[in-house]
Amino acid sequence: MSEAVPTLTKKDFATDQEVRWCPGCGDYAILSATQQVFPLLGVPREKFVIVSGIGCASRFPYYMNVYGFHTIHGRAPAVATGVKVTNPELSVWIVSGDGDALSIGGNHIIHLMRRNVDVKLLLFDNRIYGLTKGQASPTSERGKRTKSTPFGSVDRPFDPVALALGAGATFIARSIDVHTTHLKDTLTAAHAHHGTAFVQIYQNCNIFNDGAFDAFREKAVREDGTVALRHGEPLVFGAAADRGIRLNAAHQPEVVRLGDGVSEKDLVVHDEGGSLGYLAMLAEMAPPRLPVPIGVLRRVELPTFEDGVHAQIAGVIGDKGPGNLAKALRAGQTWDVT
Amino acid sequence: MSTQPTFSAASLEKTEKLERAVVRFAGDSGDGIQLTGSQFTAATAAAGNDLATLPDFPAEIRAPAGTLPGVSGFQIQFASDDVFTPGDRPDVLVAMNPAALRANLHDLRPGGIVIVNSDSFKAADLKKAGYAADPLADGSLDGYQVIKVELTRLTRAALAELGLATQAADRCKNFFALGMMYFLYHRPLAVTARWIEQKFAGKPELIAANRRALDAGFAYCEATEVFRSTYEVPAAKLEPGTYRNISGNQALALGFVAASRQSGLRLFQGSYPITPASDLLHELALYKNFGVVTFQAEDEIAAIGAAIGASFAGALGITSTSGPGMALKSEFLTLAIMTELPLVVVDVQRAGPSTGMPTKTEQADLLQALYGRFAEAPCIVLAARSPADCFDTAYEACRLSVRHMTPVILLSDGFIANGSEPWKLPAADALPPFEFAFCTAAGAGFEPYRRDPRTLARPWALPGTPGLEHRIGGLEKSDGSGNVSYDPANHERMVRLRAEKVERVAAELSPAVPEGDPDGPLLVVGWGSTYGAITSAVRRARKAGRRVGHLHLRHLSPFPPGLRELLGRYERVLVPEVNLGQLAFVLQGRFAREVVPLNKVQGLPFTAAEVLDRIVELAPEIER
Repeated sequence: MSEAVPTLTKKDFATDQEVRWCPGCGDYAILSATQQVFPLLGVPREKFVIVSGIGCASRFPYYMNVYGFHTIHGRAPAVATGVKVTNPELSVWIVSGDGDALSIGGNHIIHLMRRNVDVKLLLFDNRIYGLTKGQASPTSERGKRTKSTPFGSVDRPFDPVALALGAGATFIARSIDVHTTHLKDTLTAAHAHHGTAFVQIYQNCNIFNDGAFDAFREKAVREDGTVALRHGEPLVFGAAADRGIRLNAAHQPEVVRLGDGVSEKDLVVHDEGGSLGYLAMLAEMAPPRLPVPIGVLRRVELPTFEDGVHAQIAGVIGDKGPGNLAKALRAGQTWDVT
Repeated sequence: MSTQPTFSAASLEKTEKLERAVVRFAGDSGDGIQLTGSQFTAATAAAGNDLATLPDFPAEIRAPAGTLPGVSGFQIQFASDDVFTPGDRPDVLVAMNPAALRANLHDLRPGGIVIVNSDSFKAADLKKAGYAADPLADGSLDGYQVIKVELTRLTRAALAELGLATQAADRCKNFFALGMMYFLYHRPLAVTARWIEQKFAGKPELIAANRRALDAGFAYCEATEVFRSTYEVPAAKLEPGTYRNISGNQALALGFVAASRQSGLRLFQGSYPITPASDLLHELALYKNFGVVTFQAEDEIAAIGAAIGASFAGALGITSTSGPGMALKSEFLTLAIMTELPLVVVDVQRAGPSTGMPTKTEQADLLQALYGRFAEAPCIVLAARSPADCFDTAYEACRLSVRHMTPVILLSDGFIANGSEPWKLPAADALPPFEFAFCTAAGAGFEPYRRDPRTLARPWALPGTPGLEHRIGGLEKSDGSGNVSYDPANHERMVRLRAEKVERVAAELSPAVPEGDPDGPLLVVGWGSTYGAITSAVRRARKAGRRVGHLHLRHLSPFPPGLRELLGRYERVLVPEVNLGQLAFVLQGRFAREVVPLNKVQGLPFTAAEVLDRIVELAPEIER
């Protein structure tokens, strides 16, 4: 973006619509972080488009003073793809939830990621259906008791990051609703990536699934419950930065305390372009045994879908010349009747 | 039909002049029957005849060879006069094997010519086709002119010097048969010769093989006088102009490309492969130099969703499918209705329900197009009546959609999608203009649902336009501001506005005007691909002294103005449809007018005779 952009503030990105999430919902924190980040991205306000599906998270576009499209359940990736391919200059963001993206929209997000359309997909993961008032979702843990699973869920949950890996996402990150600084950094990194950016955001639903992320969400446990990934740096965590992740003899991650003969050199060093095996290992790390990895897990550059589409069109125009309608009508074998 | 026999200088056969002829090619789906048919069609177009074709093939790509389910057919009617249908009964049947004979013989007119490949009538072949006895020997073909030709042996002999593998040589036998047909009907060989050279460019052995087979078939007839006579069908007196032969799916593609070019909007097609609509995707994918984006989506739902996103961003979004895909798209279609964005949805109908008979035609999606959505969800519905008419219908669908900011459903079907006819080319600069403008005014208080007072269309404001940032979506909108609203009175107002917006399109349509008699005992009302059969039948009935009108509806929602009055000018209304009476149901419901349905649901179009029989029953013969 070389054009001069007037300085905008958070206020410029708020709408006059009353925000209608439940008081205490994690969505407020994500909305606030996004409104803080957008003015700093160097993109004129009119070039942002937010596309959503259905669910609590999907009300998001109504509260952002940019172009917005609140579509139908699970299908935001399809609409976003049409928008981005039609006008690649737009900064296109998808806001979705765990039910919207992973259940009814599962087919669309995997194809969005495999095509590498340059859109940012924010997955608000609260592990529950909120807007329909509390049913188990594809990320709900096994055995969870909800209105639709009064005797416990017998479904095995998805790990969204592992799914994104399997679908070939070129950018995969994870953050936490109330971890404002980290979330803002993650959104900024997602924006900077040229290609599909998949961002899983742990988001607390204080009505139907309160405390789902207690092991690492609150300030008091955050440093011990998470490990913040930085490319090229060892996996160190803890309030005193005194612990790390090491691979044991069976190539499994384990927590070690630094000192006593264990140094940072023994730890796993994060590689955003690492093997799928390494990234799958990160995806699987979870409390209570291991801290949750947050930050950018994967970041690789691959051609984007819309660049491919437009390069192909330009190539054909280069070969054949721009389309001539009169000629196209007369293509093939014609004959004259006089 | 025949007139003065003459003797051609080239051979000793009589040459008869015919006004029209109907030919059907039939064989295994792997025999190249569709290719043979389309080559015969190209040569016939080059000879200046009017024509109509009916490809009829199984869904299986290669059903077991020699069996009835594997039989593929291609029928063409060509004439020195107007042609509206592919013909009721073939004059000539080319049967490449016993199964093709068995599946098609019953349609051949009495005394017609049947050409068979006698090499494929061995005991095993007969058994696969379910013949207990050899039909070439048991007298069951008495009453037809049977021409037995050793197609396999003769083709191999013609190609012997080329040293091709037997299998490769055998693949050329359809061109031997084609050469025979070119002789029989005095068709030029040059068109197919040129096609062979282009198709097999860089493969000289295949050029030689196909060319030799074609020539050998022609020469064989010349040398052996296998036919009692040959036929000439003089060129038709078509309206002056430049013509090409075109299928419905090709014409749709060109109509969309033309609309994109004339409107200046980028064409974005979201589509998922489905028979018989896939060719529209294949065709449009060839027009990349027109800036066309073809997006082969992960499913039917994503295909329409991407098209809606494209429209939101300022493209001409279209999506194409068949009945099962229409069902999947219906929720998204209601989003386009709610957000009032342009969108064209093409439904190339096929026989259903469920998977049904994917390669066979039907008109049974009309009620789905009109009403097959939850809630009050009106949109414009158009239907194309012939292959060439697909061009005009596609173009009009785009114009209406953009002007009125509403989705349009365009109904085609398997018959006209794959069938072809000569098309008089329109002048590119004479196409009607597009009337729309993007909203660019950045004044304060932009309201995305502030409507044009005449059309009720809302403004089309594209992302990227400074000052017009706004949110749209599937939740009910407040009239004007477009903000989410649960206000009861507002909801009713919006429901009525969306309906009114579609109804107002009628004011811009030409009034309903029938062909034939403007009043009297009988009006035949049709829509879509029944046009040819009804037109032929009505013309024959009127020639025979009956008073009949014919109204063919392109606009099914809204109906053209004057329809109610028109229906009132006739004593009876006959509605032929390839379904169980869907338009009949709508007409009766809308106009409280009793109509007589005529229905056929066999995966096949009406023959003119079937429609004529009913007309004759309903319209008395009168003195004119």
